[in-house]
Amino acid sequence: MHPIFATAILATVSKSPSGPNPRPRRVGLFVTCLVDLFRPSVGFAAVKLLEDAGCTVEVPPLQVCCGQPAYNSGDRATTRAIAVQVIAAFEGYDAVVAPSGSCGGMLSHHYPGLFEDDPAMKARAESLAGRSYELMAFLVDVLGVETVAARYDGTVTYHDSCSGLRELGVKDQPRRLLGTVQGLAVREMKTPEVCCGFGGTFCVKYPEISNAMVGEKSADIAASGAGTLLAGDLGCLMNMAGKLQREGSPVRVRHVAEVLAGMGDLPAIGEPERGEPG
Amino acid sequence: MSESSATARSQILNGIRRSLRRGEISGDQRQAVEARLARPPLGPTVARAQLAQPEKVALFCQWAETNNATVARVAVPDVAAEVVSFLARNNLPARAAMAPSPQLADYDWDSQKMLSLRRGRGEAADQVSITGAFAGIAETGTLVMASGPEHPVTLNLLPDTHIVVVREADIVSGYEDVWTLLRERYGKDRMPRTVNTLTGPSRTGDIEQAMELGAHGPRRMHIVVVRT
Amino acid sequence: MESTARDFNDNVDHALADPNLQDSLAKLKVGFSERRRQAAERLPEFEALRDRARDIKNHALANLDFYLEEFERKVLALGGHVHWAPTAADARRIIGELCQSMGARTVAKSKSMVAEEIALNEHLEAIGIAPIETDLGEYIIQLRHEPPSHIIAPAVHLTKDQVADTFLEHHAKLGFTKRLTERNDLVAEARYVLRQKFLDADVGLTGANFLVAETGSSMLITNEGNADLSNTLPRMHIVLASIEKVIPTLEDAAVLLRVLARSATGQESSAYTTLNTGPKRPEDLDGPEHYHVVILDNGRSAVLGTEMQDILRCIRCGACMNHCPVYGAIGGHAYGWVYPGPLGAVLTPQLIGVEEAGNLPNASTFCGRCESVCPVRIPLPKLMRHWREREFERHLTPVAVRQGLALWSFVARRPRLYRGLTGLANRVLALFGRAEGRYRAMPLAGGWTRFRDLPAPQAGGTFHAQWKKKRS
Repeated sequence: MHPIFATAILATVSKSPSGPNPRPRRVGLFVTCLVDLFRPSVGFAAVKLLEDAGCTVEVPPLQVCCGQPAYNSGDRATTRAIAVQVIAAFEGYDAVVAPSGSCGGMLSHHYPGLFEDDPAMKARAESLAGRSYELMAFLVDVLGVETVAARYDGTVTYHDSCSGLRELGVKDQPRRLLGTVQGLAVREMKTPEVCCGFGGTFCVKYPEISNAMVGEKSADIAASGAGTLLAGDLGCLMNMAGKLQREGSPVRVRHVAEVLAGMGDLPAIGEPERGEPG
Repeated sequence: MSESSATARSQILNGIRRSLRRGEISGDQRQAVEARLARPPLGPTVARAQLAQPEKVALFCQWAETNNATVARVAVPDVAAEVVSFLARNNLPARAAMAPSPQLADYDWDSQKMLSLRRGRGEAADQVSITGAFAGIAETGTLVMASGPEHPVTLNLLPDTHIVVVREADIVSGYEDVWTLLRERYGKDRMPRTVNTLTGPSRTGDIEQAMELGAHGPRRMHIVVVRT
Repeated sequence: MESTARDFNDNVDHALADPNLQDSLAKLKVGFSERRRQAAERLPEFEALRDRARDIKNHALANLDFYLEEFERKVLALGGHVHWAPTAADARRIIGELCQSMGARTVAKSKSMVAEEIALNEHLEAIGIAPIETDLGEYIIQLRHEPPSHIIAPAVHLTKDQVADTFLEHHAKLGFTKRLTERNDLVAEARYVLRQKFLDADVGLTGANFLVAETGSSMLITNEGNADLSNTLPRMHIVLASIEKVIPTLEDAAVLLRVLARSATGQESSAYTTLNTGPKRPEDLDGPEHYHVVILDNGRSAVLGTEMQDILRCIRCGACMNHCPVYGAIGGHAYGWVYPGPLGAVLTPQLIGVEEAGNLPNASTFCGRCESVCPVRIPLPKLMRHWREREFERHLTPVAVRQGLALWSFVARRPRLYRGLTGLANRVLALFGRAEGRYRAMPLAGGWTRFRDLPAPQAGGTFHAQWKKKRS
């Protein structure tokens, strides 16, 4: 294993409290803007996976965006104001879990640095950072989940979203769980770790470059021969789905949590509804 | 130093100090950096080259070949014959520029009547050079050449074919061992004008990222490792 | 060189439409990263060496004035000369005067990014001295009057056929009238042509990968051996190096050498690593009679002690650009100045101004691959973000982005309003027709829908609305 991943995993594991009942039970779900607006089923899939693993899941109603659009545009004041809200909304939970490596990474790796000049806020930000996780890493590394009860008939390929992979060490965890889904076979891309070209506002600020990147990604996806593309971040998924569909590709695109939660029969991202879900 | 260059010098050095928010370093900090210079700390040890001498030599040969050099391992009396044989095998003329080094005088060049040697620096017309080596580095199959009247730098660079005679005893684990030997030989503060470390023949990847040998330096490197 | 960083978006369009460039980049993306990966895997100590390399450079930067003075002392003790150049103009003037002092007509130059940075060739030509680039890639682009597109592979954007045409055009007058088709023949022809130029040159000019304070040595690393011919054959050797190149000791150099070649090309070691210390000694049979080191600041000392300081650790291996998906899409020329890729995105605004190069730190997805391979662990995305912060503070962010951001910020700071508006957005998007599951065009989202469909929101309202219904 790459030492960066090992370090990240060790750091994650060491965060879980020791004692007779080391599992954090009360989990606050950080839904993320895109899941809230475009694909609520990812949020419900996350809730199901967490509850199946024995957690109580709550969704603080006053949560907003994690602040990345402002943070990555250089607007530190707005980022701080948003971070203060998020920190307040998630105080008191044993763990804060996001079905996104990018938003999870924002909470766990970037918030503390926003408050270098404010020790009290920095301490609160560090407390949140120490309790914040990406969903796959939380399930496998912290809760010790080894199998899921789900079935998905088909071949899938998994794209490693950048923040999850490089900031949080999410690489093996989703693949381990996917390995326990009945009927599912993984076919790796040649370069699953190369960015898909989403990059938040990047994809609309530099659409030509973004298009070149996602075009290359869609070729890699097609070459894998898989019928379904999975990843752990909805932004990347919407970008890749949009490109694949514009190209007329038959590859279906889903969030990994949906497949693991047995919700793989929902219309895929960008597919027409087959009637309102019950 | 001219006045303007003295000004330029203090402009840069004071700019550095201003940015680092301190004056000229002094006291404990100065002692610490001076001590670090006097006794350079070692980096992480590269385990693969920490071997007994015979294995070290074998590792050197293995890497040298990986680096596109050819290697022959011979005893002292056979060095000159190996050189002549190498030249013949490669259809090269039995004529070479040789480093005027006492190290090379150990070998019986006179036994090779066909071989014509000129001792001195390398010249543009030379096709083949023969030199010794200050050391060999097992970790990467690298040769170390220290310049001086006994080893002109041009011999390492100008000819198409470079034949290097290196003694097994001079093969060390890594760069750090070479630095120690250089300090022992030349003094802590006095390096030879040029230390060339050569890892295989000259090469370039500048056209379509494909490696081609013989860009500017020798196209061919033959290493004669002498049993000691 | 003249910057075109301001025209970044035009440069991008050209790059994406250049089939030769795209072919070269396709090769680069796979080749360099795969070779680096294998080299790193072959050396179990690689990650520990990267940590150490970072620490060495940090130590050197924290004591930079001391080590530069120490370096100077050692060079002087062995009969060399040291010149201090606060600005690019100072460095050009010093080098020009040194060349004139030798009555030089030609200068054999070994590839130096710092020489590109100070536009040395243009200056030498202006005073009647012909600079001859001797690194094969640099030579090719010098003939074509192009800037380098990569810091270690300057002609990586060209195909073999383009090189063949260039050689035919320029070498025909030397008697090479046959258009070549094989790489090894092209290399051989350049070798022949350049060999005479080395022998004729009055001055050899090189950069330096490192300056070793302990011994006063300049350290040069090449695969071709051109730097060695440049510093051995001419009567004067001039080393041009920027202040952050100084490191304390030879032991430190050993650590940096181990990470440099592996990160750059995936080689265990480059073919030539050379330490030059002072001029030819009286008893030597070859070597330059005169040895000069020109130490350039050009704005670097002002970076020390700032949030950008980490960029001064850079050892110019090129791994960040080799692994950058943006560089891989557009190549080096699009960045518009000397340093491309993530390195350029951080360094170029520093050296020529963020007003000119403001696009560069923005044209990144922050995917972090550059940082993950950097041999001295420079947090490149973080430094790019710092540039965006400076642009935002100075109102250099484009108006449309700024206004959109202000509107979004207003909403995102008010959770109840935010919740209401996302619910509204969800319903409005539904109005555009959810039947197909996606939109081929969408007002205000042209940047997205020009190249991709936009997935429609699922039916049933936002997550929060559904959750409220279910769980309350």
